[in-house]
Amino acid sequence: MFKILKKEYLANNIWLMDVEAPRVAKSCQPGQFVIVKMDEKGERIPLTVCDYDREKGIVTIVFQKVGASTNEMAEYEVGETFMDFVGPLGCASELLDLTEEELKKEKLLFVCGGVGTAPVYPQVKWMKEHGIDVDVIIGARTKDILILEDAMRDIAANLYIATDDGSYGFKGNVCDQINELVKNQGKEYTRVIAIGPMIMMKFVAQLTKELKIPTIVSMNPIMVDGTGMCGACRLQVGDEIKFACVDGPEFNGHLVDFDQAMQRQRMYQSEEGRAVLRQQEGDTHHGGCGNCNG
Amino acid sequence: MEVDVLKRVPVREQEPKVRAANFEEVCLGYNKEEAMAEAARCIQCKNPQCVKGCPVNIDIPGFIGELKEGKVEEAYQVISKFSALPAVCGRVCPQESQCEAKCIRGIKGDAVSIGKLERFTADAAREAGIKPVKAETMNGKKVAVIGSGPAGLTCAGDLAKLGYDVTIFEALHKAGGVLSYGIPEFRLPKTEVVDAEVENVKSLGVKIETNVVIGKAITIDELLNEEGFDAVFIGSGAGLPKFMGIPGENANGVFSANEYLTRSNLMKAFDDSYATPIAAGSKVAVVGGGNVAMDAARTALRLGADVHIVYRRSEEELPARVEEVHHAKEEGIIFDLLTNPTEILVDDEGNVKGMTCIRMELGEPDESGRRRPVEVAGSEFTLDVDTVIMSLGTSPNPLISSTTEGLDINRWKCIVAEEETGETSKAGVYAGGDAVTGAATVILAMGAGKAAAKGIHEFLSK
Ligand SMILES: Cc1cc2nc3c(=O)[nH]c(=O)nc-3n(C[C@H](O)[C@H](O)[C@H](O)COP(=O)(O)OP(=O)(O)OC[C@H]3O[C@@H](n4cnc5c(N)ncnc54)[C@H](O)[C@@H]3O)c2cc1C
Ligand SMILES: Cc1cc2nc3c(=O)[nH]c(=O)nc-3n(C[C@H](O)[C@H](O)[C@H](O)COP(=O)(O)OP(=O)(O)OC[C@H]3O[C@@H](n4cnc5c(N)ncnc54)[C@H](O)[C@@H]3O)c2cc1C
Ligand code: FES
Repeated sequence: MFKILKKEYLANNIWLMDVEAPRVAKSCQPGQFVIVKMDEKGERIPLTVCDYDREKGIVTIVFQKVGASTNEMAEYEVGETFMDFVGPLGCASELLDLTEEELKKEKLLFVCGGVGTAPVYPQVKWMKEHGIDVDVIIGARTKDILILEDAMRDIAANLYIATDDGSYGFKGNVCDQINELVKNQGKEYTRVIAIGPMIMMKFVAQLTKELKIPTIVSMNPIMVDGTGMCGACRLQVGDEIKFACVDGPEFNGHLVDFDQAMQRQRMYQSEEGRAVLRQQEGDTHHGGCGNCNG
Repeated sequence: MEVDVLKRVPVREQEPKVRAANFEEVCLGYNKEEAMAEAARCIQCKNPQCVKGCPVNIDIPGFIGELKEGKVEEAYQVISKFSALPAVCGRVCPQESQCEAKCIRGIKGDAVSIGKLERFTADAAREAGIKPVKAETMNGKKVAVIGSGPAGLTCAGDLAKLGYDVTIFEALHKAGGVLSYGIPEFRLPKTEVVDAEVENVKSLGVKIETNVVIGKAITIDELLNEEGFDAVFIGSGAGLPKFMGIPGENANGVFSANEYLTRSNLMKAFDDSYATPIAAGSKVAVVGGGNVAMDAARTALRLGADVHIVYRRSEEELPARVEEVHHAKEEGIIFDLLTNPTEILVDDEGNVKGMTCIRMELGEPDESGRRRPVEVAGSEFTLDVDTVIMSLGTSPNPLISSTTEGLDINRWKCIVAEEETGETSKAGVYAGGDAVTGAATVILAMGAGKAAAKGIHEFLSK
């Protein structure tokens, strides 16, 4: 059993939790993820490691309510426990393979959108701790749904906020902001790390391909086991099939087939929709088959 | 009870029509009277061939002799000396090509139903609350076992009986390996059989830590150097699924058999009260002809689909157990033999809308000695399906081998280990089961777990 030690509402249905999981905390690295199964009958839900405290044995997760399981997760309170919490899974960010010398030569730009801001945080923090300055763009539809702005401002060399409606910071999406920095302000980046909704990563990767900036994206396909056993998480990356849970979750954004990945992510939408109905309607719901007059 | 000595006592099964719509066990097993009658058919050979056919050499006439007299506990204790998982093996072992294939009775009539007798013995012992016997004193030495499939459970159980302090580390949230996530409920009930066998191993003092992925959370070197384990056994199986590499394989509606079965068995997606979904499909093609393919096909059938098995060789070469093929046919699964997929057809939304196949014929024998299937030119046709389940075999996961320095693997990514002792190229590290052999059988994995327990005991007794 894995105890929830802290719960905090960030914004826009996004929650942060600290969970007691000493084995995970001891070995996890930025870029890796965990799988949470709340109770006996729960799904296995992959969530990125957003922070960790090795001494205290704590792992931080940040999740957005998007469906049945994440809705249920948001109902859990401090002191309650998750039945299963496994990790770290996947590979650490490939930036960690570089030596400090090599990293110091890089000019890194992190681009995050929505709940994807959370997994960027430990990476930027790691860079800061190793004396490496990086720029960060956070994108959001509007000001009210921004998360982790202050935390990020403390550790980023330059933090740029882009809102679609212009309610805060730069008016435009993250691609407009990248264009502004690179084309108008003449900033040079050796690498972009984009984490957020697939559609955002797709367009960032398209743009950086044009700009010839190598780009890492963090993929979040549907997963079951997270150990390479089922292939549910497979992606087309260049001319290879990769399993995101063991080969990733980070990949070269210029090689990922995003359209296919987005299609695959929609796979269970109808089934999941039914799960939401079941949850909202309780026992009165009978599957919505239309055949039972229920 | 009247018995024709040439014929085996028939075993009760659920009617095909009824069972095709439920997940209850297909075979109902013998009752005591039937078991004693069947046991009486054993001639108690002086030089029993059946024992030679058993990969772990269970004293078969020994336990059947006890059973003949109705002594269930005695029969169970005989089996227990050789096997830690009799309720499982009695259900899933390919007896027809092992012990029963060698039975003298089989020359002029039916072989003795050894598997069903083993199953009865284990089930009856469990119902009577009979447990294996725990070690009296601990020897103070610690062994880590990676993976809780048949290999890991057996190795752990044997070492615990010898007084070792054993911890099993399992990556998934539930112990049992393929027995839990792969083999379906209707063939191997989870709560009554698998969980009970796991409990038996725990009752010997074995600790099971689930949710620990070795190679990620902790490495083998750390287990040995930091967590104070004196030896490690790797029983991590062969779980990595293969795909065909044909166009359309990433479409929605194409699954590995492992995904389909894991959703249904481990995550219990067939039961609405569990959260994990399964896109069951209404017209399903399962590609492959092994036990795994049969299990996926029969699961899809129970979830309401029309199911085809698509296999490139002929019936004779089907690698699945005869009993499974027979059950699948009875339940209404259609076999498209000598047929091979060439492309999966995909609609605008990325969903499967059909599968192009080509007919095959058998040519000259290949390296495996089986006649090689060759394409019949111009014989392409489209199978109308919305779901395709790929069951093409699995290979060992590189997670452990890639994070353990000094552990040799062969070109199939299997860990290299001595058959007699389980010893690997790394001191103090042993391995066995599918991780070493590639996908094989429960009994072979168990046998390897036993051999490694002996190997580890010798190593740590030096
Ligand atoms: C490696 C990885 C890291 C992730 N990190 C985070 C994170 O840090 N924070 C966060 O909020 N979300 C993260 N996700 C996504 C998160 O797992 C899903 O939002 C969650 O599983 C949805 O469950 P649900 O039942 O609430 O919603 P659902 O109703 O199941 O689905 C809502 C949407 O989520 C997608 N989804 C459903 N099940 C899965 C699944 N098993 N894996 C991935 N996507 C799924 C669906 O395609 C759908 O578009 C991550 C996913 C992966 C694979
Ligand atoms: C669907 C299906 C049907 C089958 N039917 C039959 C049958 O009828 N008869 C028969 O004899 N055989 C059958 N088999 C084969 C048989 O189940 C296997 O040969 C046997 O289970 C192998 O046992 P094992 O202990 O080596 O590995 P497994 O049973 O695969 O167990 C390995 C365990 O190790 C865990 N693991 C893996 N990596 C790690 C890690 N890094 N850290 C921690 N844990 C890890 C896995 O999660 C798993 O639980 C079938 C297999 C399948 C898939
Ligand atoms: S989630 Fe099953 S293989 Fe990646």
